[in-house]
Amino acid sequence: MADTARDPPPDRTDFHEVEDGEDLFPEPSAATPESQPASLSAVDISTNANGPKQDSFFDDDNEDLFAEATEEVSLDSPERDVLLSDGPSPAITPITPPTSVITPRIGHTHDDMFTHSSFDEIEEEEGGDSFDIHISVSDPEKIGDGMNAYMAYKVTTKSSMSLFKQRDFAVKRRFSDFLGLHSKLASKYLHIGYIVPPAPEKSIVGMTKVKVGKEDQSSNEFVEKRRSALERYLMRTVKHPILLKDPDVLQFLESTELPRAVNTQALSSAGILRMVNKAADAVNKMTIKMNESDAWFEEKQQHFENLDLQLKKLHASVESLVCHRKELSVNTAQFAKSAAMLGNSEDHTALSRALSQLAEVEEKIDQLHQDQANADLYLFSELLGDYVRLIGAVKGVFDHRMKTWQKWQDSQMLLQKKREAEAKLQFTNKPDKLQQAKDEIKEEIEELEGKVQQGERDFEQISKTIRKEVSRFEKERVKDFKMIIVKYLESLVQTQQQVKHFILNLSYTKKRLVFV
Amino acid sequence: AACVKHLLNQRNLWNILRSVSVDLNNDTALLIDIPDALCERDKVKFTVHTKTTLTNFQKPDFSVPRQHEDFIWLHDALVETEDYAVGILERSYPDFESPRDKMHKLGEGEATMTKEEYTKMKQELEAEYLAVFKKTVQVHEVFLQRLSSHPVLSKDRNFQIFLEYDQDLSVRRKNAKEMFGGFFKNMVKSADEVLISGIKEVDDFFEQEKTFLLDYYSKIKDSTAKAEKMTRSHKNIADDYIHISATLNSLYLWKLNFAFFMHLQKVEGRVASDQELKLTELLRYYMRDIQAAKDLLYRRARALVDYENSNKALDKARLKSKDIPQAEEHQRQCLQKFDKLSESAKKELTSFKGRRVVAFRKNLIEMAELEIKHAKNNVALLQGCIDLLKNN
Repeated sequence: MADTARDPPPDRTDFHEVEDGEDLFPEPSAATPESQPASLSAVDISTNANGPKQDSFFDDDNEDLFAEATEEVSLDSPERDVLLSDGPSPAITPITPPTSVITPRIGHTHDDMFTHSSFDEIEEEEGGDSFDIHISVSDPEKIGDGMNAYMAYKVTTKSSMSLFKQRDFAVKRRFSDFLGLHSKLASKYLHIGYIVPPAPEKSIVGMTKVKVGKEDQSSNEFVEKRRSALERYLMRTVKHPILLKDPDVLQFLESTELPRAVNTQALSSAGILRMVNKAADAVNKMTIKMNESDAWFEEKQQHFENLDLQLKKLHASVESLVCHRKELSVNTAQFAKSAAMLGNSEDHTALSRALSQLAEVEEKIDQLHQDQANADLYLFSELLGDYVRLIGAVKGVFDHRMKTWQKWQDSQMLLQKKREAEAKLQFTNKPDKLQQAKDEIKEEIEELEGKVQQGERDFEQISKTIRKEVSRFEKERVKDFKMIIVKYLESLVQTQQQVKHFILNLSYTKKRLVFV
Repeated sequence: AACVKHLLNQRNLWNILRSVSVDLNNDTALLIDIPDALCERDKVKFTVHTKTTLTNFQKPDFSVPRQHEDFIWLHDALVETEDYAVGILERSYPDFESPRDKMHKLGEGEATMTKEEYTKMKQELEAEYLAVFKKTVQVHEVFLQRLSSHPVLSKDRNFQIFLEYDQDLSVRRKNAKEMFGGFFKNMVKSADEVLISGIKEVDDFFEQEKTFLLDYYSKIKDSTAKAEKMTRSHKNIADDYIHISATLNSLYLWKLNFAFFMHLQKVEGRVASDQELKLTELLRYYMRDIQAAKDLLYRRARALVDYENSNKALDKARLKSKDIPQAEEHQRQCLQKFDKLSESAKKELTSFKGRRVVAFRKNLIEMAELEIKHAKNNVALLQGCIDLLKNN
C-alpha cells in the first residue's frame, strides 16, 4: 500500500542514478533553464513589414453609397483623392501585421503550398511555357482618412512565362479591385462551365470592428486573414490554364492603373440586384426537372453535395479547435501566474524553486499553444473555408449546365409549337393572309431551328468543359489537401518538440535525487 | 446512463492512479486496501480489505463492505475523540453527474454524428466515468492508509470497528451522529477562521505555521482551479480531434488514410489525463490537506480559548470563594488538553510539510517525464504519418 511511495518504479529506465546527500532539487547551473531554442518567436512570414503601425484600418467595403462611379484614379499616386472628400491629400500609412498573428516557424511561407504543386506538375497547356508563376499579396496599408479610407495591397508577380511583359513586377490594388476581377471572370466563364475560384468574402461586420479604430488582436487577425485569402485567391485563379490567359487577369496583375470596379458594393443597387437574382436562381433550380441521361453527372452532383456537407462540418470542427486552443493558451498563462505565486508562497526552498520553474515553463508552453492556434487557423481552418466556397462554385457550374439544358429544351418546345402552328395554318379560311403568315412562320421556324442546334451545342460544350474542369479540380483538391495536412502535422511536430525541449530543461528532470 | 460495475484488479493501472499522497511510515503491521468496488445508481460500495499482524483484531485477513457514509462517520468520530489531524475526506459524493449529463447530451446529438464519431465520444465519456469512479476509490483508500500508519489514530477503537465490524454500520452511524453532532461541525468553520487569526500566539512555531498556512491555502486553491481549467481545455481539444477525424474519414474520395488523426485525439487526451493526475489531483489533494492542517490549528486555538476562559472562571471563583476546586480542576484539564494538542499538532504539521514536499517532488518529476515521453512518441507518430503522406 505504501510501497509505491518512494522507490522508482522498475520499468522506468530513463532515470539517472540516485545520488546520496544531494539537495531535494539541484541548484540550477544557470538561474534560468538552458538557452532557448532558436527562432521560437514567430517568424514574420510576410517579408513586408515596413513602417510604423497606424491605429485605425479602413476598407473599401463600406464605400459611400452615393459614390460616383467610374472615376479613373491611379492607386499608386499619393495624390489620390478619396471620392467625395475635400480634405488634403491623405497620407499613406503602411500597416504591419503583428507577429503574433502570423503563422510562425514553419520555415516556409504557406505560399509554398501553391508553388510546390505548381512546380511539380506541368499542366497540359494548349501550347505554352511550363506553369511558373508566383503571386504574393502584401503590405496592407490604409489610404486616406475618415469614412472613405480603404486598404490597399501590394500584388507582386514573379514569373518567367512569356505571357507577361516582365519577370518581376508589382501593382497596388484594393479589395474592390479583386471583387471586380472575380465578377468579370464569373460573367465570362461560369456559364460555360469553368470553375472560377470565388473571391474572399466581404465582411461588413468585420470591417465595422476594424473601423472602430482599435488596433487589437481581432482587427489584426482580420487584416491578416484577408491578406492571406486574397493571395490564395489569386494563386488559384492563375493556376487555371484558361483564366490565366484572360486579358482581365493580365491587366489586373500588370497594369498600374485599373478602372475602379463599380457595382461591387454590397448595399449598392447592383448588389441588391445580385441578391435578387440569386434568390430567383434558387427558385428556378427547384423547378428545373432535368432528365439526366448521363450517369456521370448524376453521380458527380451527388458527390459534390456530400462533399459540401462534410466540408462544412469539418470547417466547423476546426473552428472549434482553434477556439479551444486559444482557451488553452489563456488558461495555461493563468496557471503559470498562479504557480509562480504558489512558488513564492512555498517555504521549502527547493520546492519553491521547482514551482517557479514550472511556472516559467508553462508560460512558454502557453506561447506555444498560441502559435499552434494560429497554425490551426491559417493552415487548416481558413483553407477549409476556401474549399467550402470552391465547392459552391462547382455546384454553381452544375447549375449553369442545368440552365443551359433548360434553355435548349425551351427552344425545342417553342420550335415544336411553331411547327404545330404552321401545320394549323393549312386549315385557315383567310387565304389572303395565309402566304404572309406562312412566310413569317417559316422564318421563325428557321430561327428557332438554329437556336435549338445552338442550344444543343452549348449543352454538349458545357458538359464537356465541366468534365474536364471537375477532373482537374479533383486532382488539385487531393494534392492541396494532402499538402495542408502535411503542413499542419509538421506544425504539430514542431510544437511537440518545443514542449519536450522546455520540459527537458527543467532542472528537476535532469536528475533523480533522494530526499534528505 | 448505464450502471457500471468494475473489478479493480489491474494493479499496473493503479500504480499510476494512486500515490498522490505519500506515507513516510513503513508500518506493515496493518495493511489496508480497497481491492474492489461496486457502483450502483451512483452509490459506491467499497470492499475494505485488511491484513494485519496485530493481536487486537479477530482475524489476520478479512474484508468488509462499506459505503461512503461509513467513512464520513469514521472521520467525524476520530475528529471528535482524537486531537489529531485526521486527514481530509471529501464529504460529498464524487461528481458522476457531469459525465452522466454529457452522455445524455451525446445521446441527443447522435443523429448528427457518424457512427464512428458517436462510438468514440461514448468511449471517451465512459473513460471519464471510470476515472471519476477510480478516483473516488483512491481517495477513500488513501484516507484509510493514512490512518493505518498514524501512530495514534491507527489504534483508535472506532477505526478498528470500521475495519472489522461485519454487519451494517448504519446503526452505529446513527448513534454517532446524534452523539457527536458531526454534521454541525462544518457550520462552525467560518467562525474558526476569525478565531484562528485573532489569537495571540506566543509560540513562534505556531505563529509561523499560521501565517504560512493561511497564505498557502489561498494560493494552492487558486492553482488548483487554474489547473482544472487547463486540463479541461486539453480535453476539449481532444474531443475536437474526434470530430475532425471522423469527418475526414468519411470524405471517402480523399483516398488517404486519416485514421492517424485519431492518434492526435489520443495524444491530447493522454496529455489531459496525465496533467490531471499528476498536477491537478496533486494540487487538489494538498489543498484539502492544508485545510486539515488549518483544522488542526483551529482546534488548538479553541483549546487555548477554553483554557483562557477557564482561567477567568478560576479567578472569578476565587473572588467569590465558591467552587474553587472545580474551577481549578477544570483549568488544569484545559491546560493539559491544550498542551497535549500543541505537542501533537507540532508533530503533525511537521510531518505534513515533509509529506507535501515529497509528494510534490514525486508528482512534478513524474508529470514532466510523462510529458517528455508523450512528446517523443507523438513526434515519432506524426513524423511517420507525414512521411507516409509525402511518399504516397
